[in-house]
Amino acid sequence: MTVPWLTLLGLVPLVGAGALLLPIKELARYLGMFFALLTAAAGIGVAVLYTGGASLAEKVAWMPNFGTWWALNVDGMGLVMVLLTVALTPVVLLAEWKLDSVGRWTPQAFVALVLLLESLSLYTFLAADVLLFYLFFEATLIPMYFLIGGFGGAQRAQAAVKFLLFSLAGGLVMLISVIGLYVYSIRVLGTPSYLLGDLAGMALPTDVGRWLMLGFLVAFIVKAPMVPVHTWLPTATEQATPGTSVLLVGILDKIGTFGMIKFCLGLFPEASQWVAPAMVVLALISIIYGAIAAIGSSDMLRLVAYTSVSHFGFMVLGIYTFTSAGISGSIFYMVNHGFSTAALFLVVGMLIARRGSSKVADFGGVEKVAPVLAGFLLFAGLSGLALPGLSSFVSEFMVMAGAWSRQPWVGAVAALGTVLAAVYILLMYQRTMTGPVTEATAKYFTADAGPREKWVAAPLIVVILILGFVPGLALKVIEPTTQQTMSHVGVTDPVAPLGEEGK
Amino acid sequence: MNIATPTFEWLQLAPVLTVLLVACFGVVVEAVAPRAYRFVLQVSLVVLGLLAALGLLAVNYANESVGILAEGAVALDRPTYLIWGALLVFGLLSILLFAERKLDNGVSAFAASAASIPGSVSETDSSAARHEHTEVFPLALFSLSGMMVFASATDLITAFVALEVMSLPLYLLSGMARRRRLLSQEAALKYFLLGSMSSAFFLFGMALIYGYAGSFDYKAIDAAVFTPTYGHGLLLTGAALMAVGLLFKIGAVPFHNWVPDVYVGAPTPVTGFMAITTKLAAVGATARFFFVALGADRWSWQPLLAAVALVTMIVGVVLALTQTDIKRLLAYSSVSHAGFILVAVVGATVATTSNYTSSVASIIFYLLAYGFATVAAFAVVTMVRDAAGEANDITSWAGLGQKNPVIAAAFAIVMLSFAGIPLTGGFIGKWEVFTAAWQGGYSWLVVAGVIASLIAAYVYLKVIVSMFFAAPAEGVSVGKAGLVTLVPVGVGAIASIYLGIFPGPVMDVVTAASIFLR
Repeated sequence: MTVPWLTLLGLVPLVGAGALLLPIKELARYLGMFFALLTAAAGIGVAVLYTGGASLAEKVAWMPNFGTWWALNVDGMGLVMVLLTVALTPVVLLAEWKLDSVGRWTPQAFVALVLLLESLSLYTFLAADVLLFYLFFEATLIPMYFLIGGFGGAQRAQAAVKFLLFSLAGGLVMLISVIGLYVYSIRVLGTPSYLLGDLAGMALPTDVGRWLMLGFLVAFIVKAPMVPVHTWLPTATEQATPGTSVLLVGILDKIGTFGMIKFCLGLFPEASQWVAPAMVVLALISIIYGAIAAIGSSDMLRLVAYTSVSHFGFMVLGIYTFTSAGISGSIFYMVNHGFSTAALFLVVGMLIARRGSSKVADFGGVEKVAPVLAGFLLFAGLSGLALPGLSSFVSEFMVMAGAWSRQPWVGAVAALGTVLAAVYILLMYQRTMTGPVTEATAKYFTADAGPREKWVAAPLIVVILILGFVPGLALKVIEPTTQQTMSHVGVTDPVAPLGEEGK
Repeated sequence: MNIATPTFEWLQLAPVLTVLLVACFGVVVEAVAPRAYRFVLQVSLVVLGLLAALGLLAVNYANESVGILAEGAVALDRPTYLIWGALLVFGLLSILLFAERKLDNGVSAFAASAASIPGSVSETDSSAARHEHTEVFPLALFSLSGMMVFASATDLITAFVALEVMSLPLYLLSGMARRRRLLSQEAALKYFLLGSMSSAFFLFGMALIYGYAGSFDYKAIDAAVFTPTYGHGLLLTGAALMAVGLLFKIGAVPFHNWVPDVYVGAPTPVTGFMAITTKLAAVGATARFFFVALGADRWSWQPLLAAVALVTMIVGVVLALTQTDIKRLLAYSSVSHAGFILVAVVGATVATTSNYTSSVASIIFYLLAYGFATVAAFAVVTMVRDAAGEANDITSWAGLGQKNPVIAAAFAIVMLSFAGIPLTGGFIGKWEVFTAAWQGGYSWLVVAGVIASLIAAYVYLKVIVSMFFAAPAEGVSVGKAGLVTLVPVGVGAIASIYLGIFPGPVMDVVTAASIFLR
């Protein structure tokens, strides 16, 4: 009997979450960290097996009469998302080590919810059955809802409801498509099936395919917040703790772009090409709007949320260029954005922990009293604006190159987004960190980054630097997914007309 | 002259007969046993009787004995097995709530003397003497036996008699609340009057259908529909009138007006009992009537029921949105669930060898998920109390998560199941009924259902938000309940999760029961 590695991978944090139901109070943090690290080890184990060429696919009957299975599989894109998830979770737990209790909302509950969320997200990334994917896609909302609603700012309950309603609305639209897929799998294949393998090759009538694809797409657009359905994100991140925001933006929202590639492109190649022009325009709007809104934000948490809206625009743009540079760039962007946004949120969290406010105007001259923190913020910011040498530069460049090779004007507009990125990051840095030390800064910033905070930032910085200088590490894993997606959709990279090159 | 003895399959009908017999025995207990022993005797009778009925049902199921019984009056087929089983299980769980006396200083939720005038001396006297109505147990059992027959009747006369047997005790039970008695009596009267009217409609429809088919038998009606001789209008009018009676019992719009008032007025354990078992029986009877008797004429009734399903879902969830009383909220939520169930009835999908989706199976699964969630929900409602008894105002549920996280978590789970969030039975149920509808060609109804689900989700979320994220309300606490309340809560919550994560085994059983015996 083969070992079900993927099931076990998701089971580790789930067992951890279960163990945290025990009344252990102070030990909860350590136990949670233990399970998070164990999951990380399991994730690395899966990566080793995968790169070693082992077949990890699993398929167990769940409701076989209805063509739905406990089917898990991992491909290049799935693997990098798994690694992102298992890497960020312990960092978040460490960053929120000092979380205070709010009534019954204890740190123990926080840790348990984070582990539950990790488990559900892992299964979401691994699912190879549409209904199973849908199930976990929706189930991740529950722990996230309680994470936002239980811990954070004064308006957190409303923010949590807003988050949940937006996500549920998107998810329910997807449910229509999920049901439609079932009905059409019977009509086309003869027997019901939800397995991705069966559905990918299914020849749907053109208009049906387009409608079903739109159902999936709506859910993913809400998830990977794109303008105009992004409004829940700034509200949520403003109210949630920075650690929750990292999980939300760094991991959960990636399901949106991940789903576009795996499900929209994977199940409905024709319809995806049909919708591509609209998606490109939408992506460009997100890039520019997100950047401008970030420049105008007076709250650092909202600012980071808006930068993410802009970055998600880049990811979506890359997908719908249908070039190998664009798609690979997009997948790589998902990883890089995960780490760089995590760095940004967590450093902002460290600042908030001292000052007790997230308003830009409440800071000033911090770099003089807390140079290390200021350095972290600068590094995270530069990673966010895609400075060459840092990992996000590679992916952003790939996306733009892909866009340019299809339509130069698209690449040009996207490039504008990077210029604006420099504006919002540097303006924020200037306003908060430079200048004379304000009274409040002198009063609240009595200590620079402590050892725990350094340990939070260090792994993120190391990963961003390594992937910046050796992007091949990740791209090698991502490439096969890209090639497979390209050939499945039936597109090839545009070739520059002969003789134009090097003129 | 040769008169054939009517055949009566005693063994196969034993589950119903047991319930009926135990109910009669309960009446005897009331007459002969001293007051002090009645309560214990009645509760043990109910528990043992229902368990015995379940056992007999299981034996019959294992023997795979199916057939049309009692001279064509009752069909014992696989859907009947499941509905009877569900009725017995949910009946047992919710009648257990009747026996709770710990929550209210040693008295049950029923009036000490239902016949005394509210506020009168005789009321105070019987209250002080700690009298109690142990008749509620046999009454519930009589009702339950009626429900079992109603869901399996294949003959209009049997169906009507069963309908009355199931309804009359319920009218009575609704009026017996210990607190807010006038409200309770008003609810009972309202229920009785509207119920009688719906029965009249049902009866009138029966007469017309008899005029059309010349028989009360479903099989004969089906045959008449196949080879019509005259009077299609007669059939349609008759079916429409009967549908009024059936939809009234289900609580579908526009026949839902009684639901909120009765749910609020009736003692909460009775509400819980009614919410599940009446719906189960009425949906079973409706599906059987439309599929078996009128299956060949489905193009006539599908559009009509589709409209009813649509309105029921939307009206149910929208009105639930505005409620401030938890019992009213649950009432409107039960109306909306009736709509979701009707969506599958409309689809009228039949399973084939390659495709197992069927309306009947999906309805039964939905009802199971709904039943477990409902029994736990009403059990929790009985537990949340302030000085004046149950605290039903949603604002007084604020901060329940801090006062008693376990009970609040259980309630949250069943709310999520009602909302149809994945990993709960409610989601699988919704997915099932929607696929059945789409398979039957009603994709627009699925879209409407999904929109209704979204609004519904908001309704249930509001309660969860209030429980977990609001500041605790003053003076409200979760009462210390006995096992008779805690068991339904636990079973309901755990089953809701189980059906969501491991639906496979239950689904296999339900799927096997996808066709009514004709």
